[in-house]
Amino acid sequence: MESSPEPLLSLRNINMTFGGVKALKNVSFDVLPGEVHCLAGENGSGKSTLIKIITGVYRPQPGAVIEYDGQAYSHMSPVTAQSSGIQVIWQDLALFPEMTVAENIAFQTVLGRWPRLVNYNSLRKTAARALARLGVKLDVDLPLKDYPIAQRQIVAIARALVGEAKLVFMDEPTASLTQSETDHLLEIVRTLSTSGVAVVFVSHRLAEVLEISTRLTVLRDGALVGVYPTSGMTQSRITELMTGKTFDQTIRARDVSGNPVVLEVEGLSRPGQFEDISFTVRRGETLGITGLLGAGRTELALSLFGMLKPRSGAIRLEGKPMHFSSNRDAVAAGVAYLSEDRLSLGLIQPQSIADNLVIASLDRIISRGLLSDSRKRDLVAQWIADLGVKIGKQDDAISTLSGGNQQRVAIAKWLATDPRLLILDAPTVGVDVGARAGIFDIVAKLADSGLAIILISDEVPEVYFHADRVLHMAKGRIANWFTPRDCQLQDIEAAVYA
Amino acid sequence: MRKVVQSHATEFALLAVIAIISLFLSIITDRFFSLGNAFDLLNTSSVNIIFAVGLLVVLIAGGIDISFAVAASVVQYVTAILLGWMGGGSWLSGLLIAGGLGILLGAVNAFLIHKFRIISIVATIATFNIYFGLLMFFTRGVSIYNLPDWLTSRVILFEHEMADGSWIEITLPVLVMMICVVATWAFITRTTTGRQLYAFGDNPEGARRFGINIGAMQFIAFGWLGLMAGIGGLIQAHYAQEVVPNALYGRELDVLAAVVLGGARLGGGKGSVLGCVLGVLLISITQNGLNLAGVSPYAFKMIVGAIILVAITLSNTRIERLLPFMRQDGGRT
Repeated sequence: MESSPEPLLSLRNINMTFGGVKALKNVSFDVLPGEVHCLAGENGSGKSTLIKIITGVYRPQPGAVIEYDGQAYSHMSPVTAQSSGIQVIWQDLALFPEMTVAENIAFQTVLGRWPRLVNYNSLRKTAARALARLGVKLDVDLPLKDYPIAQRQIVAIARALVGEAKLVFMDEPTASLTQSETDHLLEIVRTLSTSGVAVVFVSHRLAEVLEISTRLTVLRDGALVGVYPTSGMTQSRITELMTGKTFDQTIRARDVSGNPVVLEVEGLSRPGQFEDISFTVRRGETLGITGLLGAGRTELALSLFGMLKPRSGAIRLEGKPMHFSSNRDAVAAGVAYLSEDRLSLGLIQPQSIADNLVIASLDRIISRGLLSDSRKRDLVAQWIADLGVKIGKQDDAISTLSGGNQQRVAIAKWLATDPRLLILDAPTVGVDVGARAGIFDIVAKLADSGLAIILISDEVPEVYFHADRVLHMAKGRIANWFTPRDCQLQDIEAAVYA
Repeated sequence: MRKVVQSHATEFALLAVIAIISLFLSIITDRFFSLGNAFDLLNTSSVNIIFAVGLLVVLIAGGIDISFAVAASVVQYVTAILLGWMGGGSWLSGLLIAGGLGILLGAVNAFLIHKFRIISIVATIATFNIYFGLLMFFTRGVSIYNLPDWLTSRVILFEHEMADGSWIEITLPVLVMMICVVATWAFITRTTTGRQLYAFGDNPEGARRFGINIGAMQFIAFGWLGLMAGIGGLIQAHYAQEVVPNALYGRELDVLAAVVLGGARLGGGKGSVLGCVLGVLLISITQNGLNLAGVSPYAFKMIVGAIILVAITLSNTRIERLLPFMRQDGGRT
């Protein structure tokens, strides 16, 4: 057996307590030089706490042993972490959109307490060198805001390289990338790794975890579950390790072709976004729509919800032609749309759970011309119970809830409007693997109660396992129809990622 | 070329609006389109441009300041009194005192904003009232006409009689304005501190994670504006040859409108010195032209307001939409 190399980073006896809650219990963690290591765990499992200890943001409790690059520390400080080559690419990237790509990448060269002249030439050269190491070409003189999120991600990585990184943490780097952008990013991670930089990858997307990493550390409830080689792992095995539960993945698809039609879309077009889209959704049916980001799925959904105007074609709800001039019309007609961006569009984060839940159905809690607090509480209590949302008090801010529970409140908000058609746009983004199953249980229950549902997702397994029929959109058109009862998951994946 | 136009869309839009207005004004009045008038404009706009480049730095750093114009009045008054005690002084001592007092008053704003986490608009509305209240209380609204000779005598750096008998002049305020403009430009685009200010205004959390000293950023931004306010105040006293306590009251909104017109963003991270100068010039050209055209001064505010709206709309609309031939196919959004 080959002897394993000395670890670049080695943590032992890491304990961390926040206000009486143990966030990390006796965790150990090793990273080998140049490896791609995946750190997996649900939200609240202690991943970010661990990263913050390694980067010096938090100090672990006494007894901890941190060895990095041959040196022992009892704790890190942000300054030592950075100067010794530990870099973090935060999920929100911490970039400066108005400044140029060059300045963003080489920003640390303009740091320092005392003013100096900026040497834009060397700034550009530093930036270009970092990009060249990643094999990427960008115009370094353009402002960063001219580039989409995928390129900004690359800029953030290039910035870490300028800091002479030996160990790079990437926190959910692919959360907002399309499949081809993700592939490109993974390619870059491989480039980094072959050039000797160790990468610790934190991702909810298990397929990527399996594709990119050689080893996997799983945390659950602040404790180490284990360290595993990635070869031989399966997605369902990782899910089991992360949640401690087993999930049976069976397809739900049923034949509902006998039910009455709720939504009929005929020849709907909005040039440049989608063309000639026709389909029906029946009572109790879940129609899955998948396709790459930018295939026109969200634009189609927004048109059905009255927020974009289709150029041509017809929308009929229970046989009646609809011409929405705004989403208020759509809500009144019984259409509900759960936005893909829950954090900024779907929920009003600082407001209370109760206020968020009733915001779309205020007319139902009016009594004698004024909003009735008691009616609000009754309505909220009913939905919280129905959807099994775990909350403290109704008046707590929505931001105190986990991703999965927030999503349940967002769904409840729309159910309270008593819709006939519910459109769910990427309902599991930012939701833990364990909590996803709960969301789909709710979706199934709603469909059984007769609601027509459109489920939009770029994760093919979600629509394969949870929808009755699957519509594949590509470049704004209907590319394929699939019936999960009659096809394999791989068939759809092959078509989508072709 | 396309790249230059795209990255300076605001400046080009402003230039276009200025060109259109100038054309219009030179048709309806015979005096507008003359070198003499152009230099007049420069002389009268100097103080506002000095204020504007100072305010620009605060806007870039993500703040806003309502108090700088009355702070400049306080500086004028205190400087005049101090110079009286000193028995006269000179341009050098005058500028040092005015600049120093300005920085001090700016630092008060920065202190309130940084130490007590008061948002800048609230903090500076408060200091606006405090500064102005103190000034009116202690002066009882009395103006100072008895200023040192060096301060009230016009300094003409260059003059030339044109063939048509009109004079072109460059006066001291223009020189000071140009120094302030170039210094601000160099500071915010060519020094590391300037770039840190942009970064701080663009993404404060990102800047914090880089270890940028947030408190220092506030003091530098408000200190720079204070310095400009102090210098601008002294130059205004020189230009008006008197110190009237409420002379600059209300100037803050005119300057703020001009700076935002020039492309600076309320919220930080964006803005250029050129845009800011063009913004001030657009407003003064309009006022000057209306004056020459004999329009009632009561109509000025209304017309200036309308021009601000038109110019802001033009510069917010993407240039490709206005000029279809500039559009490029596909690619970036």
